[in-house]
Amino acid sequence: MNWNHILTVYLKELKDSLRDRRTLISMIVIPTLVMPGLMFGVGYIMTKVMKKAREEPTSLVILGGAEAPGVVAALRAEPKFRIVEAKADYRQLVSDKKIRLAVEIPAGFEAALQAGEPKTVTLYHYEGELKSGMGVAAVERFLRDFRERTVTERLTHRGLPVSLVKPFEVKRQNVAPPEKVGGNIIGGIIPYMIIILCFTGAMYPAIDLTAGEKERGTMETLLCSPLRRVNIVLGKFLMVMTASVATMALSLVSMGLSVVAGGSLLGGGRAAAAASSAGAKDAAAGFIPLLDPLGVLGVFAMILPVAILFAAVLLAVALFAKSYKEAQSYVSPLIIVIIMPAVLGMLPGIELTAKTALVPILNLSLVCKEMLSGVWHWPYIALIFGSTTVYAGVALAACVWMFNREDVIFRA
Amino acid sequence: MIAALNLTKIFKDRKRGMIAAVDQVSFTCRPGQIYGLLGANGAGKTTTLRLLATLLQPTRGTATVAGHDVVADPVQVRAHVGFLAASTALYGRLTAREMITYFGRLNGMTDAAIRARLQVLAGELDMDEFLDRRCDKFSTGMKQKTSIARTLIHDPAVMIFDEPTLGLDVMTARAIVRFVRQCRDRGKTVIYSTHVMSEVEKLCDVIGIIHAGRLVAEGTLAELQARYGERDMEEIFVKAVGGEAALAAALNT
Ligand SMILES: Nc1ncnc2c1ncn2[C@@H]1O[C@H](COP(=O)(O)OP(=O)(O)OP(=O)(O)O)[C@@H](O)[C@H]1O
Ligand SMILES: [Mg+2]
Repeated sequence: MNWNHILTVYLKELKDSLRDRRTLISMIVIPTLVMPGLMFGVGYIMTKVMKKAREEPTSLVILGGAEAPGVVAALRAEPKFRIVEAKADYRQLVSDKKIRLAVEIPAGFEAALQAGEPKTVTLYHYEGELKSGMGVAAVERFLRDFRERTVTERLTHRGLPVSLVKPFEVKRQNVAPPEKVGGNIIGGIIPYMIIILCFTGAMYPAIDLTAGEKERGTMETLLCSPLRRVNIVLGKFLMVMTASVATMALSLVSMGLSVVAGGSLLGGGRAAAAASSAGAKDAAAGFIPLLDPLGVLGVFAMILPVAILFAAVLLAVALFAKSYKEAQSYVSPLIIVIIMPAVLGMLPGIELTAKTALVPILNLSLVCKEMLSGVWHWPYIALIFGSTTVYAGVALAACVWMFNREDVIFRA
Repeated sequence: MIAALNLTKIFKDRKRGMIAAVDQVSFTCRPGQIYGLLGANGAGKTTTLRLLATLLQPTRGTATVAGHDVVADPVQVRAHVGFLAASTALYGRLTAREMITYFGRLNGMTDAAIRARLQVLAGELDMDEFLDRRCDKFSTGMKQKTSIARTLIHDPAVMIFDEPTLGLDVMTARAIVRFVRQCRDRGKTVIYSTHVMSEVEKLCDVIGIIHAGRLVAEGTLAELQARYGERDMEEIFVKAVGGEAALAAALNT
């Protein structure tokens, strides 16, 4: 190893790459402009859709309300609801998303209410559909209030206290510090994004510096120089690492900035999404996740051996190809290989164990999730860092070995 | 000085099996001499020169180039060799100056030494006008001149040219030939491969005829003319490889 030689190769590759439009786009333009733009665009549209869905009155059909004029009148009086006359089959209307739901009031409902007989109101809805779900929640809330009013009336009618049916209240209170809540909310997504960015950032330069050089005929020129192959490999490797880390860092910084800048905008969307499941009223305020800076540092430290692994594997694979196109066809399937464990790590239920700590990428995904929510399992962290470093070292050695094989370099 | 001794390179090819691209080739080329390697397509010229430039490792045999063994000390060999072939292209996104400077640095030269040497070479090769333009915009002639300057930046003792005039117009080809001759006159050891008979006649001090990986004849032009009883290089070549039939047979494998 000769650092002078490595540096010479690295600086030349850096200059060369920075003059290449494709590298510039993949390394700088996409991370700084397209990624936040995309995130913003999606966030903005989501917010719009949610806002519209919330403001729009819930359209519903009332089935069999003839014997319950009181309930029907109350439903009609509620401005949140828009009662639609059922011209067609209500099931069809719900399926076609013409209405959000149908409310079936059983025969003799109000009479049964007076008599104290329990009856069932059925809500026909579209499972999993956003607007239908919101409509059902609203109608349920309305009916719950209606029921409670009925109970209260009866109790006061008989001169009994209201606390008779409500002997205690239940209340939720969050005690987790806000940065840990943030870690849990996006702790799964951040490592996933970092892994993908790291890989895609390395992909283009790795091909350009190997198969691309072969295709353009400059590889043989470079090999004429009195450098040992290992120095050439390391110079190129450093360039790929630079691109990979730059892509990741630029993406994260620009996304972080845009989240802070447009936090309120995105916050609205998030809050609405949360509101449909749980009544998270102040989710908007807590959305801009206060990430634990130590956790973020930890994530960056853990990504390093993975970035080395990616760069080395990509260089070795791309070097085997004769042309840019061929290299792309080898490298593209690797994205799936990378995404699978990264996605697995986001799923709930898959936890860090001695076994999962040895699976590259998956282990990173898992440990980052923990670190971002303030959990530091040092033995696992050491195991993951160590094992990934070993994998990265093996990949780099394989890469040097590939460069030394003349049947790879001069593949006919 | 180049001394090849039983240099052999066998390729394993999936379709054609084992190919002896270079088969026990031995020859010597002294400083101040141009050794012409003459052969048809696929004769093994490029492979021989790649072995000398240590881009490939010989299967058997060895060679000493500029005092270093190609098997034992390839790094030192490359440090004293300038290798130019059709397959040694330029970095299109660098300018000619950057390209040449890069190779000067790779050869361990200081920036001051590179600058001084580049000025001399650019003058000799008439490159000043395009020195600071990007190589991907160059004409073939400009590219070839830049490549030559790239091979000469570290002033190597041995020059290896693999068909350097291929695809060039007459004027540029003549300029290159003149330059190769200059290299010899300055005492460099030059090996030059070609399949152009007239170039061999005009340029080379010693001619080696290579056919199917084997060196089938070697000598000065006069010696070869005497041995084969022919004046014309083309006739000598055909006789040396064993007649037109043998030539056609080799080309079809
Ligand atoms: N990397 C390789 N793998 C397999 N076979 C090869 C390889 N390189 C060259 N050959 C074969 O070796 C033989 C000699 O090739 P070489 O390129 O040395 O010939 P050449 O004299 O330079 O021909 P040309 O005039 O076409 O340049 C040919 O049959 C060629 O197909
Ligand atoms: Mg050739």
